[in-house]
Formats: sequence, structure tokens, C-alpha cells
Amino acid sequence: MTTEHISNGLIGASIRRVEDPLLITGKGCYVDDINLPGMLHLVVLRSLYPHAKIISIDTSAAKAIKGVVTVVTGAELPEHLNINAQVMFPGQKIPPHPVLARGAVHAPGTPVAAVVAESRAIAQDACNAIEVEYQALPSVQNAEDALKPGAPLAREELDNNICYTAVKKGGDVDKAFAQAEHIVRMHIVSPRQVALAIEPRGIAANPDPMGKSLTVWLSTQGPHRVRADLAGTLGMPENKIRLIAPDVGGGFGSKGPLYREDVLTCYFALKLRRPIKWIATRSDDFVTTIQGRDQAMTSELALKKDGTMLGLKVRVVANLGGYLQSSTAGPPQRMMAMAPGCYQIKDCHVEVVGVFTNTVPTGPYRGAGRPESVLNIERLIDKAAKDLGIDRLEIRRKNFIRPEQFPYKTGVGMEYDSGDYFKSLDKAMKLSNYQDLMRQRDERRARGEIVGVGVSTFVEPSGGAGFESGTVRIERSGDITVITGSSSHGQGHETVWAQIAAEMMKAPMDHVTVLHGDTYISQQGTGTFGSRSAVVGGGALATAAQRVIDKSKRIAAHLVEAAPEDMVQADGGFAVAGVPEKKVSWRQIAAAAYSGKIPQGMEIGLQETCFFDPRREAWGYGAHVCLVSIDRETGAPTIEKLVLVDDCGVLINPMIVEGQIHGGVAQGLGEALREQMIYAEDGQVLTGTLMNYAVMRAGDMPPLTLGETVTPNPFHPLGVKGVGEAGTNGAPPAVANAVMDALAPLGIDHIDMPYTAPKLWEAIRQAQSDRA
Amino acid sequence: MTAEPENTAIPIKVTVNGVKHEAVVEPRTLLVYFLREQLALTGTHVGCDTSQCGACTIHLNGRAVKSCTILAVQANGKEITTIEGLARGDAFHPVQEGFREKHGLQCGYCTPGMIMTAAHLLETNPDPSEEEIKHALEGNLCRCTGYVNIVESVKWAAQKMGGKNVSR
Repeated sequence: MTTEHISNGLIGASIRRVEDPLLITGKGCYVDDINLPGMLHLVVLRSLYPHAKIISIDTSAAKAIKGVVTVVTGAELPEHLNINAQVMFPGQKIPPHPVLARGAVHAPGTPVAAVVAESRAIAQDACNAIEVEYQALPSVQNAEDALKPGAPLAREELDNNICYTAVKKGGDVDKAFAQAEHIVRMHIVSPRQVALAIEPRGIAANPDPMGKSLTVWLSTQGPHRVRADLAGTLGMPENKIRLIAPDVGGGFGSKGPLYREDVLTCYFALKLRRPIKWIATRSDDFVTTIQGRDQAMTSELALKKDGTMLGLKVRVVANLGGYLQSSTAGPPQRMMAMAPGCYQIKDCHVEVVGVFTNTVPTGPYRGAGRPESVLNIERLIDKAAKDLGIDRLEIRRKNFIRPEQFPYKTGVGMEYDSGDYFKSLDKAMKLSNYQDLMRQRDERRARGEIVGVGVSTFVEPSGGAGFESGTVRIERSGDITVITGSSSHGQGHETVWAQIAAEMMKAPMDHVTVLHGDTYISQQGTGTFGSRSAVVGGGALATAAQRVIDKSKRIAAHLVEAAPEDMVQADGGFAVAGVPEKKVSWRQIAAAAYSGKIPQGMEIGLQETCFFDPRREAWGYGAHVCLVSIDRETGAPTIEKLVLVDDCGVLINPMIVEGQIHGGVAQGLGEALREQMIYAEDGQVLTGTLMNYAVMRAGDMPPLTLGETVTPNPFHPLGVKGVGEAGTNGAPPAVANAVMDALAPLGIDHIDMPYTAPKLWEAIRQAQSDRA
Repeated sequence: MTAEPENTAIPIKVTVNGVKHEAVVEPRTLLVYFLREQLALTGTHVGCDTSQCGACTIHLNGRAVKSCTILAVQANGKEITTIEGLARGDAFHPVQEGFREKHGLQCGYCTPGMIMTAAHLLETNPDPSEEEIKHALEGNLCRCTGYVNIVESVKWAAQKMGGKNVSR
């Protein structure tokens, strides 16, 4: 598939966003901004126990409060109201996940009762008046602990805590290890993260007066997918639900699935025939919204003495939490699929054990398996370089997949489309002034400072999870309407899609209107996650636009009585080749298309839809370099320099791409330096508010230097690859390698992220006392 | 805890974005919910329940405050500016313009609070250093932008305002 590429300069331009005027004036519309006459409010009572039997629930006092409409427990709800997980692995166990607990709770935050009332405050008062008697059960929080003999059962209905075991392998890993001259062994844990979109989750539902259909406003990343799940759970026809994603205040993967409160809100709306709203508090969000990472990786990398990688064995223990959300099993799968990173390792064996614990369910969070995988291989390769006394750049270059090897099939069966990892690394070296950086490091070390330099090279697979839809319609006026099944929550679809359409149609951008996020407006769609929108949604749009162009060309030719092959695209429409004054505008073409002045046999109208399935992922990549210093007295790390070179193929809007990189890096640095969801040994949440879960603030951001290389995706009509998760993939291992480089002279081999000051201080103190 | 809330309504008078309002509020109503639910000024957002995120920042008698941190009754007799009152007709405040020019927002949820904080900073310190900008924004969380372009946006606005006070 190819598209005619006549540039009017819009693709590749840093156009200011179409979305912004509303959002900077406070006129955006997020779910909580929707208020309907007679609207009721849902508040959910949650378990404080990580694992307990429910002995009794007394709702009588709650029901007696004026303004309370209904109070319901799990036992009073229909049994089909469950959250259904996708089966991703054969033999995957799927224990019940009711929308309100039935008899037991398996994670902190599990809803045990629901109150609907005339106001949010009254509903909260009523929740406070519910008496629940629990019998606490032994609980387990750490996934590796959960596999030990005698560990408490997180789900008492199962025989053990294993949800599934899965393997991806290629080549002959035993033979590779038999030939090894050196084996690196490491145990690396990626800390559990909270997605923390600044807008907490929320939903509003409005039933029709007969209770047969519903309009739903949901803070979601994928209206179509979640509508299908919602319809399935409610047992109502999918097309009786209009699901709208209004302005959505961030998602980062966490607003993909259907949640219990979504089902409860819709259930009560239908039952009570009243509009209802539920808005998460931040505290709700901390204990109910899927969390990320929490994979423990035990790895062995087999090498020759010269640094040539021979084989890779990884065993991942993935903490899934107490319940499965639709995509909880997903991130470990992604981790497996990119285990060899940018390197030629044909002999691989990667095993994942998905484990139930009494913690908040995990699931996709920006990167969703990618950061875990990159961290693993990049720590392994640095350790290999150190063990073998080989320069870390040299060992990477020795094992990189070479440009001429693309498309390249990896040891775990993935096919990478294109790339030049050497060029990316070279650029990062140049931008960071690497040799000088190393010289500075050595000089400062000689003065007694703790300083380190770290490098990471990584791939960023994007554009998975199937199809996306795109529709291009030329209205009677010649204006262009673009409809995408993808759905924006900050990525700037309205701008980027308009850029693509305007460039391809050779029309002014303000003649293009982009519609998205509404299941009654768009064709079936998939959504925005996994760095996929520009790749899959952009591909759908480009293909649909090309079909409209092809048809329009024939109409234009018909209007000027020329042959279609003599027509060329011109500003605002078409012209006869070599006769620019013989022009046909979009308005004229549209008028003809809708009035029937078209070639014989052609269908009337001017609209095309494409369901685009790239059938292969787009593999972006990059190289990051980090300079870190650590205060010997306090252990506090300071990132002094961070150089980020990314390749996401053709850039549509470089300003938006940069914004994506900045945001991803900030989350990656949060993971590396401070963010971690912590559960106490008794299972209590210790980091359940912004008082104690430490996200990056403005003053925490180090100076960033961005660079790019551009390898157009050869399998895509626009040449694009995804970039949304690049920062979360590349930055944490660059920091980890820098911190470990800094601590290497003290004899410290590995510490897991996050690198908080107390953790580093303790490690330094310990190392110094060991040496004394 | 007793089930029945104290809900004796209390009358208040406030001026919001230049418009005088007389209203009755429950004593426990936070200013942010009064603005959002009683005055339908939904540009002021709620992003947390511990006064950390700053999405609810407004100006109270000319100072940037988190409107989730005070009760509506405490605003009695005071002047409030919300994000809706910052632009003059169709002319954006320079800080709003800066956020658009420098891509200082993605999802837009933290943006009203960020803009109100930054506008107050430039009122009191028209020519801030980068460090001063970052310090002023410590109480406002953004999860999308990594703050890089937010800081650039505020710098842009400061420059646009010529290092001078733009009093409203």
C-alpha cells in the first residue's frame, strides 16, 4: 500500500494544537463536568482488608439517611455482574471478580457495598454508616513469596497462587549455554507503579425513559472496547449503549479496562431510570485502578569471552494482584515478546509465571511490559560488559541487529521492521559528548565524588492490538470530516489527524474537523494505548483519505472532461496536469458527488472508511545516556544530564512527539528515582495518597537533551512508528545503569529501583563498612 | 460517626470573575465544590483529596489558593477569579497563550490550576528565573508533560508580558 505524498508541509510541522483553546480557558468537558437534571450519585464502600471473609453487612442505618435512594451489597446484586478477564494464556485461571464482593475480599479497596443518593455528600455519609464485620484471612503481597511452599492463598478457591505459566522460546538455549564462556546471572525487580492520571476515573450514565438504552460518559482510552465489555456484563445489546469519551484527563494505560464502578453506575441507572454519576476520589483511584510493573525477573545471559551474546534465559514472576481486569495478564506477555531487546540472541527461553496476590490488580501502565523487559536486558548487558572487561558501547554494537538484517525475526519470534541502532547510539554519544562525560566522571571520582554514566538502548514496539478505523467524508460544502475509532486523552488527535488529512487532501487545516470518542459517531474502533494511535489510527486515516482522493480524482476528471490519469492534486482540489488554471475545487467535487454528476457506474456520495490492521507491529527504538551523581552524605541522587535519542519513523507533529517523550521520561524517572506502591507486610496500603506516593514535580525534572533519527516504517502508508512509551522504556535503565556505574567503585553490583536517597545511603554505608 | 450530617445552610456572598453571587452552602462544602456544582464553573478541577495536586487552584483576593483546601464559607465576602475569568473576552491571558504556544498541556486536566498558579507567580514576580518558576509550580502536579513545556510556557508568558505586571 502506498500513498501519494505531495507535501504542503503539514506533516512534519509543529502545529499548535486545535484542542487547546477550550482546555486553557476551563471550557473542556470531563466526566465530572456533566450534570443532568435529577442526577444521582454513587459512592462505594471499600474493604480496608487485603484479604478477609465478610461475616455480615448492616446497611440499615445507611438506608435511613434522608436522600439515600438505595444501598446494595454483593449478595443483593444479580450474579452475572462480574468483570470478565481476557483469556491470554492457555490454562489461565480466572477466579470470580464480582462488581461488589460476594462473601470475601481479595485486595484492599474491593467494593463491598454501594450507595446511591441525591448528592455525593449524602452517599458518602451513608457509606460511613454501613457496618461490616470481617474475618481477616492471611494475605500475601509479594509475588515471589506467593510461590513459596506454605504461602497464604490469595484466592482461597484455588489450589495455589499461580494464574498461568507461559513460555516463549526460540533456537536451542541449552546448546547456547553449553557453549558459553561466561554466564551473567541477575535478579531484577521492577517496582510497582501507579498510573496516576490527574483526572481520577469517573463515569456518568443516563438511561432512556424505558430503561432500554443508555448514554454513558466514561473517562476511558477506548470507548468501543469498553462498550463491548459493558454490554456483555450488563447483558444488553452493544448498540443500545452510546459510549462517549469526553475530554479525558490522562490514562497511561489505566483507563483501558471496564471497572466495577462502571458496571454499578450503569446497572443502577437502568434500574432506577435516573442519571447517575460516580467519580473516583484520589484515594479510590489508588486502590482500584490497575497498577503497573511489579515483575521480578531472574535471568541468565550466556556469552562468549569477546562479548558475543549466545543465549538468554528469563523467568518472570509477575504480580497480577487479587483480581484480573480484562488486560491484567497482558504486560507479562509484552515483556516476553521483547526480551532480547535490540540484540541478536537467537537462542532464548522466556518463562512467565502470573501470580495472584492480595494487592490491587496490575495491568497496562505506560510501557506495559516494555520497561520491565528493557530494564532486564540493559542491566544484563552492562553487567556482562563489566564482568568481561569490555566497553559497554562496544558490547552493544557487537550484538546489535544490523541495519541490513531488517526485517529481522528475533529469538522469541517477533519481526522488527526496520532500524539503525548504531546510528541512534552514535547520535546519543555525540549529543551527550560522551567521551568528555566519561573524562568528567573519572576526574570527579578522583576527587572523591560518587558519579556514574549510564547508557540504555531499547526498542519500542507499537501499533499492536489489532485494527483501527478511519473515515474521511467530504461534506457537500467541500469541508472535510475525519472520524477515527481511536480516542484521545491528551495525545492531540484532533490536531494530528487534521494535519494528515489536510496534507493528503491539499486543503487548509481549518477545513478539517476531527471527530472521535463517541461510539454513535465512529465506526467500530479500538482505542489509544500501546503507542498505537498514529500507527494504526493514522494508517486507517491515510488509507481512507487515499480512497477519497482516488474517487475524487475521477470525479474531477469527469467534470473537466479529462482522463483521470491527467489529473493531479492541486491546492484545494485537483487540476489538469500542466494546466494549473483548469482546476476543480473540493467544493465542486463534493457538489458533483452528491448531485450525481459523476462517472457512470460510480456510487454517489464522497465518504470512505478503512479498517486498518497493520498485521505487524512498528518497532521504534532509541538510545539514552544519563549522568548521575550521588551525595555521599545523604544518598540523594541527582541526574545531571539526560540525553534521549528516539526514532519513531516519520514525525507528523514534532512538538507533540517531543511532548510524548518528555512525559514518558518523567514517568520513567519517577519509576527510577522515587515512585513505588508499597504494601505493608499485613497487606495495608502505605502509599495510598499523594502525601506518600512520590510523583515527579516540576523541580525534580533534570535538564533533558532530545535528539532524533528518522527511519521511516517501510510497512506503513505514512512511515510512522509509535513513541508514547519510549521514555518509560529507555530512561529507567539509563538511570539504573548510571547509578550502578556510580556505585561500582564501592563494590555494589545491583540495587533495584527506585533509587531513593535512604536506599542509596544505606547501600553506601553498608559497602563502606564491609570494606572497613 | 453519626449518620445525620450537620447541614444547616449558611448564606455567603462572593464575587466570582467579577459577578456578585449570594448563595447558601452547607458548612462542610469545600470552595471547589461550591464553584463547580453551585456556580457551574467546572473549569476548576479536582485531582486529589489531600491538597497535593493543585488542579483546583484559583485566585482568592488575588492570591493563588487550592480551592479544595478551604470551605466555601471561608470565602464569604471575598473576590475569586477562576480559570473562566482569566481571559478578557476572546483575548487569552498571556499565560494561557503561553501554554498553547509552547505545548504546555496534553490532557488539559491540570492545566487550569497550572495556569492560575503561573498567573499569580507573574503577578508577584514578573521576571522569574527557571528555578523560581519550578518552585512556584511545586504544588501543581502534571502527569503528561514532564513539566518541561509548562516551564517554557511560563517563560514565554513572562517574556510576552515584558517582565511587567499585567493586573486585571
